[in-house]
Amino acid sequence: MENADKILAAYSPNRKEGLIPILQDLQEEFGFLTDDLLDAAGRYLNLPSNKVYGVATFYDQFRFQPRGHVHIRICRGTSCHLYGSHTYLDELENQLSIKAGSTRKDRRVSLEVTTCLGACESAPVIRVNDASHRNVTPADLDRIIRSVKEKTE
Amino acid sequence: MASPILTEPREFLVEKVIKNYSNIFDKETLEGLSILRRYRVEKPVIFIGTGSCGVMAGAEETLEAVGTYLAKNATEAEVVRVGCIGFCSAEPILDVQLPGKARLSFQHVTADKVEDLLNAVFHRTLLPDLVLGQYRQESQESWPNVPLIEQLPFFSRQHRIILKNTGLTSPWNIDEYIAAGGYKSLYKTVLNYTPDKVCEIIDQSELRGRGGGGYLTGKKWMVTLGTGSDQKYLICNADESDPGAFMNRVILEGDPHRVLEGIAIAAYAVGANKAYIYLRSDYTLPIRIFDHALKQAKEYGFLGENIFGSGFGLNIRISQGAGAYVCGEETALIASIEGRRGMPQAKPPYPAEKGLFGHPTIVNNIETLANVPTIIENGPSWFKSVGTQESRGTKLFSIAGKSQRTGFIEIPLGMAINDIVNGIAGGVKDGKALKAVQLGGPSGVCIPADNLSVPVAYESAREMEASIGLGGIIVFDEETCMVDQARYFMEFLQHESCGKCIPCREGTRRMLQILDEITRRPREESSHETLSRFKGVVEMESLAGVIHDTSLCGLGRNAPNPVLSTLKWFRDEFEEHIFDRECRAGACHDLRTYIIKADVCNGCNICQKKCPEQAIIGTIKSPHFIIEAKCTGCGICFDSCKFNAIYFK
Repeated sequence: MENADKILAAYSPNRKEGLIPILQDLQEEFGFLTDDLLDAAGRYLNLPSNKVYGVATFYDQFRFQPRGHVHIRICRGTSCHLYGSHTYLDELENQLSIKAGSTRKDRRVSLEVTTCLGACESAPVIRVNDASHRNVTPADLDRIIRSVKEKTE
Repeated sequence: MASPILTEPREFLVEKVIKNYSNIFDKETLEGLSILRRYRVEKPVIFIGTGSCGVMAGAEETLEAVGTYLAKNATEAEVVRVGCIGFCSAEPILDVQLPGKARLSFQHVTADKVEDLLNAVFHRTLLPDLVLGQYRQESQESWPNVPLIEQLPFFSRQHRIILKNTGLTSPWNIDEYIAAGGYKSLYKTVLNYTPDKVCEIIDQSELRGRGGGGYLTGKKWMVTLGTGSDQKYLICNADESDPGAFMNRVILEGDPHRVLEGIAIAAYAVGANKAYIYLRSDYTLPIRIFDHALKQAKEYGFLGENIFGSGFGLNIRISQGAGAYVCGEETALIASIEGRRGMPQAKPPYPAEKGLFGHPTIVNNIETLANVPTIIENGPSWFKSVGTQESRGTKLFSIAGKSQRTGFIEIPLGMAINDIVNGIAGGVKDGKALKAVQLGGPSGVCIPADNLSVPVAYESAREMEASIGLGGIIVFDEETCMVDQARYFMEFLQHESCGKCIPCREGTRRMLQILDEITRRPREESSHETLSRFKGVVEMESLAGVIHDTSLCGLGRNAPNPVLSTLKWFRDEFEEHIFDRECRAGACHDLRTYIIKADVCNGCNICQKKCPEQAIIGTIKSPHFIIEAKCTGCGICFDSCKFNAIYFK
């Protein structure tokens, strides 16, 4: 929590507009937001916890679960949808036993759905940790799933 | 070389270029400028498009390969990172300018091609597969048999005002922007014009907000200027969250100083001394570039206190949005900057009178602001000469989907959609037929292929009840199911509804439910379910009316658009889904019936193992069968069959 205090100290306790940047910084540092962190931010800005929680859950950026060792991001932008990313998402969910937007219980895999990765010309796009897979075909997806399974089992 | 421009570019540029009203330069200045503008280069220059789309296509690896090549061959060359030229489907794009020769552009230059390409270019030969074109540079010798970039179909119809420098100059270097004529307008504004005069110029230019509403920018500014409050704010809205649109990102990555100058002029015009630029937090590269641009501008004295000694001061802060589509709406955006949930508020009072922290606030789209420096530079009548009667100037659009070429473009308003899709984007790829074009993002409209003569302009957008602000153009081919698309957009809008107004929150949910029922295989074909399916479609139109009439903000009001416009033009497809339970495009997987060809199936047993519903039966080495009643149509068997023994109808 020392790091949390350091992050909070960079903001003025009287300026409530600091809430979102504070939460962003906390998430950057800790990877996700725990109840303790939300409470700490609330206490610092003198905001009730329900307000803080309300803001944190409103925005897509904030996570309340840690990311898995393998973090998969699948783009669900319009272009990717046209190229069938919805079936890929189903396949990932089924094969890796994970629900979109969550982290598996063993914390090995997490699956994130993003609005648009901005690579519409290479749709459909799937990112596994830092590697981008572009123009993914069903065969590519099979390979991706196999390699993720190898890494996580 | 002891040119003052290389040793002390800042003083040279500010004193000799920015402060020179006449634009007539002495010989020494011209010489300096021609170096900075790269009209003349001493050693080869290699430009690499490292915008986000270039990076996705592998530009960083290309950049590394170029570095390795240069080190290995002990070749001296300058390597410059530029923004994206807009031709995303040709990325990674690498340009080479040899001394005395015109600048060449190459496409699809992945890391493995770098060595061959540079070997060839340095020996003054070209690899024809990779050549995209060359730039027109009068003082330079042109390459034989290489087309001019401006004559390529992707570029020839464009009119690039905002994108003038994008992809050509480095976004990391303020000097290049100034050499291209930048910051002159700011200088002229703060020293020669009163705020009233600036508002008047913008008003005369009839510039409209590029964000969606299409309100006259000059009029909006005048309201804030007239409030007489001693604290005012300006917010540049770059919160681009709709899928398939990336124009804001492109401006920031390609020409951040243009945005910065636009913000500064606008802030002066309305009397604001604090400005915010609001952008998506996952736009990490644009944030880095803009942050760098802010620092440079401050160093040069274009931001901060007492700009150009005029007494006008401005501070710009970057505010990172946390990801909510509704924050594109100005009151929601303000709530978000104030640290609250991004929920829209009833207007009036308009933010122009009472906005951020209760003070008058102007919220302008980034594209609107990027137009401002050029209007000041060339005057309102010049700006009015581009576009149509009601829609002046140009507009950025991103083109994605099933088109031959994808990327982003800047066209004069009033161009027919047909010219964009078939002319610039080259029609549909793989020889398929064009079905429809989606304009204006998730809450936009679908336009069928035989109706593409509609011009893109505010007046026609009003007729179509679309917003041209969210400039995403998505091309659908014949394999696209319009019902599935409507469902996709509705799913997006339902997720992004902020939940404040019940008609939007519950209405979009109900609409999604109805569309789900239409695109899904009936769980049981009982009369109840069939009835609810039919009823749903009847309900949908009246529900759309209610959502539109009773929602507070643009997101809610326009939420029914994707459904209504597809229903209007593609009613037969909806009926097919409902009555025949068929999807002619084959996109609605749940409606497919899968069948195993008994004569092709060799009984490898893979599909049976993979089927999550245990709907496939058969013994090893003899043909398998699908039990239709159990099949949910997931298509896993189809994808997993290695012998193409499974087909669907």
